[in-house]
Amino acid sequence: MRQLLRNTNFTFILGAVLVFIVVQALISLGVLNAYWQGIIFWGAAITMVSLGLNLIYGFNGQFSLGQFGFYAIGAYASADITYRWVRNDPSALVVVIFGSILALALMFGVSAFLRRFYGVATLTKFLFNFLAAVLGFFLAVRFVNPAIGKVIYAALNALPSGISQQLIFFLALVGGATLAGIVSYLFGIPVLELGSDYFGIATLGFTIIVKVLLDNTDTILPFPEMKGARGMVGIPKWTTWPWVFICFMAVVLVMRNLIHSSTGRAILSVREDERAAELVGIDTASQKILAFVVGSVFAGLAGGIRAHDLAFLHPTTFGFLPSFNPLIIIVFGGLGSMTGTIITGFFWIFLLEGLLRLYLPEGFETWRFVVYPLVLLLMMLLRPQGLMGRYEIAFLRRPLPPLRVKEASPVQEVIPQAGEVTA
Amino acid sequence: MKGRPENLSPEVEARPVILEIDGLTHYFDSLRAVHDFSVTIKEGELVGLIGPNGAGKTTVFNLITGVYRPTAGSIRYEGVQLIGLPSHEIIQMGIARTFQNIRLFANLTVLDNVLIAYHPHSGYGLADSIFRSRRFREREKAMIERSQEFLEIFGLADRQNDIAGSLPYGLQRRLEIARALATQPRLLLLDEPAAGMNPQEIDQLMELIHFIRDRFQLTIFLVEHRMRLVMNICEWITVMDFGEIIARGKPEEVRGNPQVIEAYLGRQAIR
Ligand SMILES: Nc1ncnc2c1ncn2[C@@H]1O[C@H](COP(=O)(O)OP(=O)(O)OP(=O)(O)O)[C@@H](O)[C@H]1O
Ligand SMILES: [Mg+2]
Repeated sequence: MRQLLRNTNFTFILGAVLVFIVVQALISLGVLNAYWQGIIFWGAAITMVSLGLNLIYGFNGQFSLGQFGFYAIGAYASADITYRWVRNDPSALVVVIFGSILALALMFGVSAFLRRFYGVATLTKFLFNFLAAVLGFFLAVRFVNPAIGKVIYAALNALPSGISQQLIFFLALVGGATLAGIVSYLFGIPVLELGSDYFGIATLGFTIIVKVLLDNTDTILPFPEMKGARGMVGIPKWTTWPWVFICFMAVVLVMRNLIHSSTGRAILSVREDERAAELVGIDTASQKILAFVVGSVFAGLAGGIRAHDLAFLHPTTFGFLPSFNPLIIIVFGGLGSMTGTIITGFFWIFLLEGLLRLYLPEGFETWRFVVYPLVLLLMMLLRPQGLMGRYEIAFLRRPLPPLRVKEASPVQEVIPQAGEVTA
Repeated sequence: MKGRPENLSPEVEARPVILEIDGLTHYFDSLRAVHDFSVTIKEGELVGLIGPNGAGKTTVFNLITGVYRPTAGSIRYEGVQLIGLPSHEIIQMGIARTFQNIRLFANLTVLDNVLIAYHPHSGYGLADSIFRSRRFREREKAMIERSQEFLEIFGLADRQNDIAGSLPYGLQRRLEIARALATQPRLLLLDEPAAGMNPQEIDQLMELIHFIRDRFQLTIFLVEHRMRLVMNICEWITVMDFGEIIARGKPEEVRGNPQVIEAYLGRQAIR
């Protein structure tokens, strides 16, 4: 038993299962009312967005202010899927899922084709991929949906209703996350090349553009059900604690396994010294795109979770000011620390949205954005590395490889030993 | 042959060309950093590039490795034109380099520095890492073992988990060479590897350079100010001044060349 407890994987899984059971029990027993349940789900969603941002900024060194844009894309896309589904319209589901598949396949083909040429200009790459994505979704709207929409609807409805609902929800979450990933890929190709500072400004612009589009979903965009600035109502409230838990753990595991791999080290090398990374053979542009897309997929997934808990989406949720929350969270928790992000992510929502809404006088909302920057400023002055620095709990930490057993090497005589050469 | 001294042994001349630079010219705005630079290097050679401060030596290395795109000229590596290729592709083709001002990943461990250079040869993909597949575990283990072998060769084995930036200067220089070799090059470019070293350390460095050349069958092209090193180990030398080649030849010939003495004495003595 003691041996087992010392195994970090085992203790982590044990701890996670315990957390799951305790929270589920509290919900079932009615100890956690809808309000606090919502706070926990919200905390999980914001933490997922923040983990993605930490991958992009903390681990890869690219300063993104656009994660709320992807959060919004995931939220609205998945909400549209389920909203239409419960109104007997499978079109959003079919278009998002099949459109994504087609777009990804075409983009993959285009990239493989372009790889045969040396020194392809970024703009060319962007245009080809953009056209491939547009074509993919166009085909889905124009041909796939009319052809098989009804069949899919009938097939899914033939399942027992509980199962079909869970399946639709799963597909909606996946669809929203994938769409966020595709958009981030297209956006990342031209913009990541600009360098971190410009990237920050461009992604901020992205968040604002998304917000403007959301304000006009019923006028500029052809989505009357999203009701523009009036807010989208009537989204099924399907988010449950098991879904939150599964998605959250998936994000944590994927991120941890990614970081602790060769690709993860390549991602880190870009943050450390991009020029040097390029000059030891790392394709830095790909590493940046990869981190950005994975981080944005996390945000898209979180959006789906949040949308189906709120059951109501409003563009202000994804506005300029709230979009700073993930940044504040990762700076607080420590750039490059997953543990720090998880702790501060939940804490942030718990404290500032949960407790303070209840116990602070009305009108505090207006002051929040005076308090946040001040707190952030203090943090920068007093503990710039964040609460956790780069600390990780054992499960999330990379095991340091053991020293190799030295063999008697013929080289030893030729090569001066360490310690002798100290300038 | 263009870009080589005339009087090298026929045995060397019979070897295949590995690097052929022809008419290389580079301007920084209006500053002419390199002008009509030509050098041809054969497999297994150890060639030096010297010249006073600001002569354009580092710029030549930067041009070879794709950091800048030259204004004019051609760079062929094993017959392939390098101009216009992104740096990482050039490195993956088999050219590695070190930097005049050490550029390690200073916040990462010594082992990670070497592992990063192995990344293009990791042999597993994203899905393998995310699902921790068997291939991931096997290749990762093999990668770590090979990197540790490198560290052992460079006497860094017991510092593998130290932060690279915390190593003493001499070891950082060696780690940089180890990292460069982990990219599995056939041509190694060393930019002032002896900078900041005392004569005894330079002697050790010379042994190291000879050793890695034989062990990894490398061709080496090195920039150096320290005549002690250049004169001792280079088979032949190219001398640059103000971006142009002013002399070429075996070490003893170059040393006596009045133009070279003039170039150096104009600003600094040959050390
Ligand atoms: N990125 C740059 N932008 C503008 N000018 C540059 C740049 N890099 C180098 N130069 C200039 O080009 C010339 C050649 O520089 P380079 O670094 O190649 O010289 P070097 O021979 O390596 O000198 P040193 O011995 O000091 O290292 C110098 O005049 C330098 O100021
Ligand atoms: Mg230089």
